[in-house]
Amino acid sequence: MTQLSHLAALGAATGTPAADFSDTPWWLSLIKAVLLFVFLLVQTLLVIWFERRVIGRMQQRPGPNRVGPFGLLQTLADGVKLALKEDLTPKNADKLMFLIAPIIAGAMAFVSFAIIPVSGNVWMFGHYTPLQLTDTPVAVLLVLAVAGVGVYGIVLAGWSSGSTYPLLGGLRSSAQVISYEIAMGLALVAVFLYAGSMSTSQIVLAQGHGVWYIIPAFFSFIIYVVTMVGETNRLPFDLAEGEGELTGGFHTEYSSLKFAMFFLGEYVNMFTVSALATTLFLGGWQAPPGIAAIDGGLFNHGWWGVLWFVVKLWIFMFFFVWLRGSLPRVRYDQFMKLGWKLMIPSTLVWVVVIAFIRASNAGFLGETQISLLGRDIHRATLIVIAATAVLVLAAAWVWDAGAARRQAVEDRNQVPDEIDPFAGGHPVPPLPGQRLVEPVPVLTAASGPRATTRESRREDDVRQKEPRG
Amino acid sequence: MMHLGGAESTLFFFGAPLSVVGALALLFARKAVHAAMGMALCMIMLGVFYIAEQAEFLGIIQIFVYSGAVMMLFLFVVMLVGVDSSDSLVETIRGQKVAGLLLSLALIALLVSGVSKATFATGKGLDAANAAQGGNVGGIAQLIFGRYVWAFEVTSALLITAAIGAMILAHRERLTPKASQADWSRRRIREGVNVAGLPAPGVYARHNAVDTPALLPDGTPSDLSINRVLKARGQVYGADTQVAVSKEIETEAGDMSDANRGEQR
Repeated sequence: MTQLSHLAALGAATGTPAADFSDTPWWLSLIKAVLLFVFLLVQTLLVIWFERRVIGRMQQRPGPNRVGPFGLLQTLADGVKLALKEDLTPKNADKLMFLIAPIIAGAMAFVSFAIIPVSGNVWMFGHYTPLQLTDTPVAVLLVLAVAGVGVYGIVLAGWSSGSTYPLLGGLRSSAQVISYEIAMGLALVAVFLYAGSMSTSQIVLAQGHGVWYIIPAFFSFIIYVVTMVGETNRLPFDLAEGEGELTGGFHTEYSSLKFAMFFLGEYVNMFTVSALATTLFLGGWQAPPGIAAIDGGLFNHGWWGVLWFVVKLWIFMFFFVWLRGSLPRVRYDQFMKLGWKLMIPSTLVWVVVIAFIRASNAGFLGETQISLLGRDIHRATLIVIAATAVLVLAAAWVWDAGAARRQAVEDRNQVPDEIDPFAGGHPVPPLPGQRLVEPVPVLTAASGPRATTRESRREDDVRQKEPRG
Repeated sequence: MMHLGGAESTLFFFGAPLSVVGALALLFARKAVHAAMGMALCMIMLGVFYIAEQAEFLGIIQIFVYSGAVMMLFLFVVMLVGVDSSDSLVETIRGQKVAGLLLSLALIALLVSGVSKATFATGKGLDAANAAQGGNVGGIAQLIFGRYVWAFEVTSALLITAAIGAMILAHRERLTPKASQADWSRRRIREGVNVAGLPAPGVYARHNAVDTPALLPDGTPSDLSINRVLKARGQVYGADTQVAVSKEIETEAGDMSDANRGEQR
């Protein structure tokens, strides 16, 4: 086999979407679009209630429980109240951009969901069509591109408000999204390498044939989960709207329906990134491994997919709420350091490793196969994995040595247990954990020069302690 | 002539004017942010056209890279440093305007003469090219990492060199250790100026504090308490404005002082 034929075998089979839209008239696409819109709106109403109830439970209070059964209609009541509020525009605001910003933020949030496969093929109004609005060979990149355009909403909101806090919030969020999108895109590359495609339906199909990509691309999954929290401006990464420091960040000056658009956009974005995580790492709409095997895949096709998809989606939503309920906000420089100095370089290395593993699996690095535990594995794969393991161990060793050195320096700089507040002639408060030396009796202090009194005081201290100890 | 599908021509006739509006906004907008948004709009519409022409990868990357990253960086810089800078209309190079005008007229003449001579063959579309390598992405990958791999790698090396060069030019080596909080405190005490730090901006019930100068003991506003960026933007809320606004609000809402409170009861 020549190398080119390897390439063709990898690319030709999987490059194009697996979803077949040939039996989908335009009006059916329209119905699907409206269904998606309604689905997202209802889910948003539900998740806000869910979030408040779960956080309430975590903080040992009931949460909203007055409007409707279990307080389910609370969000609806809040939404009506929000819409009826006065719509303010600050005097310094740039009117046009102030109006456009929430529209961009709200509208862009809905676009990405078009490429998410909610389920496989189903019968709808006499047509056999995939439960997915559309798919392209670059569907996953579309999500990143739309997210990039969506940030304009936040940045413009910050700039156009003509006020300091929103401007700071807008600046923070633009820096945040640009830097986290790099790590997110790199994390997704590993999945593309495994699936051989960027089309969502193809990625789900590829996971149906083998294991879900959360296992082989586990590191990508971890990075993706961190970056998706950063992308959606959620705690602990909600620096763009940190209440403690920026009052409300970019949306400080917004009220009424314009504010509602930002609010809606944030929650729909959470659903989008969660749906993408489900699709790329958790097998999309496919049933979990045990259930998928029942009766030759009885629960693994058609409308059943919606159930598994929604369950996986809500696992991520719970994760978002859980994070918000338990973590404090990080500092901005720590956040940027995590993104640029840790996540981007480590993901780059990870992508190179995955590329080598895929290449050796496909036979680019030699055809020799070794039988291990009853399976034929390429020798090159084993070598790549062993080399990676050695490198990781070496890196960990270097890291440990560095940590030990830092610890040694820290130990040398340790603060003493006792402090004499008047030692330097100027009163100094004790550091945390430090004990104050007993004040000197006035007569002793007055009788001699300072140095001798300190000496004698030490001796006094020792003498006082001895009988007790 | 090339045949356009119904949906495609509809998209074109809505999208093309939009992209032209964006391009014109870039030229004629007064505020830098409006110009940047016009350019972003133009870039996004170009990406949409690429997608409509079956070049999905190119279209998405166009939106992702140009609108998502490059224009966002532009906005970032405009918001960060463009606060108090205004465009100077003085020519720095003699005769620059005339030369610029002449050169652009020449360019327009060249483009018009070139484009007007173009003949259009029947459009082929990308179907054949896309099918050859198993999809649009595969086809582009084959070209970038096959035939044009050298051009591609050399371009990337050039870009990285440029980026590193810019960083080196903009980088200032720190010759002395960075002053810590303790150093600043010591220096203030040694110099005897603003020993307790700069005055904090005013805290008043009716206005944001950062843009309102602190009042000194004699009632005069302190310039030291205001960020210079706010001053450059003309967003400082003067103490006299503060007084005038509260007077105005009081006349509208009714004076809440003791004298009137009696009448209200």
